[in-house]
Amino acid sequence: MKSGSNLERILTGGHFAVTAECGPPKGTLGEMVRRKGELLKFYCDALNVTDNQTAIVRMSSFSGCVLLKDLGIDPVMQMVVRDRNRIAIQSDILGAAALGIRNILCLSGDHQRFGNHPQAKGVYDIDSIQLIQMVKRMRDERKFLNGEDISGEVPLFIGAAANPFADPFEFRVRRLAKKIKAGVDFIQTQAIFDMERFLRWMAMVRDQGLDKKVYILAGIIPIKSVGMARYMAKNVAGITVPKEIVTRMEQAKDAKEEGVKIAIEIIEQIKEIEGVHGVHVMAVAWEDIVPRVVKEAGLMPRPLV
Amino acid sequence: MIIAERKPIKEILSLTNSARRILILGCKGCVTVCSAGGEREVKILGCIIRMYRKKNGKPVEITERTLVRQCDPEYLDQLFDSIDQFDAVLSMACGVGVNFLADKYPATVCLPALNTKFMGGSEAQGIWTERCAGCGDCILGLTGGVCPIARCSKGLFNGPCGGSVNGKCEVNPDIPCIWQIIYDRLKLLNQLDKLDEILPVKDWSVSSHGGPRKIVREDLTI
Amino acid sequence: MSNVFKPEIIVFCCRYAVYNFVDDLDRSAISGFPEGVKIEQISCSGRVDVVRLLEALETGADGVYVVGCREETCHNVVGSYRAKKRTDYVKKVLSQLSIEPERVETFVMSRGDEAKFVEMAKEMVGKLNTLGPSPLRGK
Repeated sequence: MKSGSNLERILTGGHFAVTAECGPPKGTLGEMVRRKGELLKFYCDALNVTDNQTAIVRMSSFSGCVLLKDLGIDPVMQMVVRDRNRIAIQSDILGAAALGIRNILCLSGDHQRFGNHPQAKGVYDIDSIQLIQMVKRMRDERKFLNGEDISGEVPLFIGAAANPFADPFEFRVRRLAKKIKAGVDFIQTQAIFDMERFLRWMAMVRDQGLDKKVYILAGIIPIKSVGMARYMAKNVAGITVPKEIVTRMEQAKDAKEEGVKIAIEIIEQIKEIEGVHGVHVMAVAWEDIVPRVVKEAGLMPRPLV
Repeated sequence: MIIAERKPIKEILSLTNSARRILILGCKGCVTVCSAGGEREVKILGCIIRMYRKKNGKPVEITERTLVRQCDPEYLDQLFDSIDQFDAVLSMACGVGVNFLADKYPATVCLPALNTKFMGGSEAQGIWTERCAGCGDCILGLTGGVCPIARCSKGLFNGPCGGSVNGKCEVNPDIPCIWQIIYDRLKLLNQLDKLDEILPVKDWSVSSHGGPRKIVREDLTI
Repeated sequence: MSNVFKPEIIVFCCRYAVYNFVDDLDRSAISGFPEGVKIEQISCSGRVDVVRLLEALETGADGVYVVGCREETCHNVVGSYRAKKRTDYVKKVLSQLSIEPERVETFVMSRGDEAKFVEMAKEMVGKLNTLGPSPLRGK
């Protein structure tokens, strides 16, 4: 066991994993995190807390994870390299380990220009792949980036993101291989709507045997409205929404119901894909829907390991 | 070369507001090439300030002069005899020139007419783009001659990130994803395997992050 | 003695455009050409210099304009296109100085179209009659 986290035990135990995501508030009300935690607790194996997502200042992922830990949830701390240098990152990792956080997701981060403080200086001291490498060394060798010894253990299950829908397509699998080389244990992909492209990507992944080297969790975003479908199709770099899905949302009598239906269909298809080890449900501003989606996709109850 | 552009007119007028005798000092170096602070731009700015002062009934005496370079003390020496007659020198050089000017004439008010932007070059007439970040430890041999520090919005060393779509950066569709370009370049050069290597963390202490930098060439110093 | 404002205007015109009727800057030879408009010939409208335009305004001209050939007939292909970019630049400068950008303009005409040349001059005079004297006049 690298970390002993619930997520790790689920995946190493051969179960199909379910993770979900919760966004912290733009304020200090810990209650808002706890509420989401209570809602999702039994419907996922681990729960991500986003890190100043889209560069909008929110309560930190670290503190959100501590709040969730108190509820008995296995949190996944997301860490972007946009806002912290190597000194602060290592420091936070030590703190997270000390406070019982056992999963970390290493990310580049959305550019600060997208956020609510676009004039901020982006740090990018190290990139996400270097971060993976660094965390692995901290865990397996108990060494800081500079080679000095760390006192105590750093039991972290290391995750990263993968985007089968970004370009250059041929390079995406190579980039995954690079993250594996750096030491990543699990991957959460960007939201899948374009099943055809995802299948092609998975075929390439399997071709290179990468599905045997890393646990892959397929990303799902339940669509709440037509507006949301159109917005994602047009404005979010790295998400591809096929026309058929936008049309379905446009023609649906009850948009939310259609959104749930589509999400469940996608999950059902994903369950059949060889090399996929789970799903990561990102119900942005719609965490309420997660229990239903997980249940109706036949993923309940979550195994106790 | 260094690319700069003239500050907004209102800002320049505000900076020079209290000066009566102004020397507008151009530079025949980089700022001439990027049409920001050469002889012509000095003339234009002279007209603009005189027009403003005329309109507002605030007299001004403008002297226009352009030096070969302002980043070389020997050219700045040429101002020695006349500098005291000016209330302010409005330098149209890049920030380097303004600094050198102020170093040489500490008792003179030295004002910048330009905003110095980046190290780059001309892509087409009238269009300049950033190419080099002056990081102090060049990795261009590993990236097909294309710099990710200067040209990737996130300065990634092992890019691209998940926001690269159709060869464009997520920040702005006008910005090409430089990792797409690096990928294409390395493919052309048959060096794609370079991308499988994980580039190690950068030593930023040799960049501007490590403090102001200096080079001393012992073989050249007198 | 009337104190009616008479605009002082300078036109920079492409010599190809006015080749057959503007001779040695003798504007009196052009029938109907308004008073107050001084003619300066340049080899191509695209040669007009931003500095010249600004200097003209600085020294008290109420308005300046450039006349060039239509794109299809421009001897240098992009002459008037360039001229317009420069007058647009001067317009921006004037706006920053709170001076009416309409005081500078670029026009195009067919080669040798004397009537059009006169019409444009009258248009400028009319415009400046409305705008009034330049705030830089006589200072």
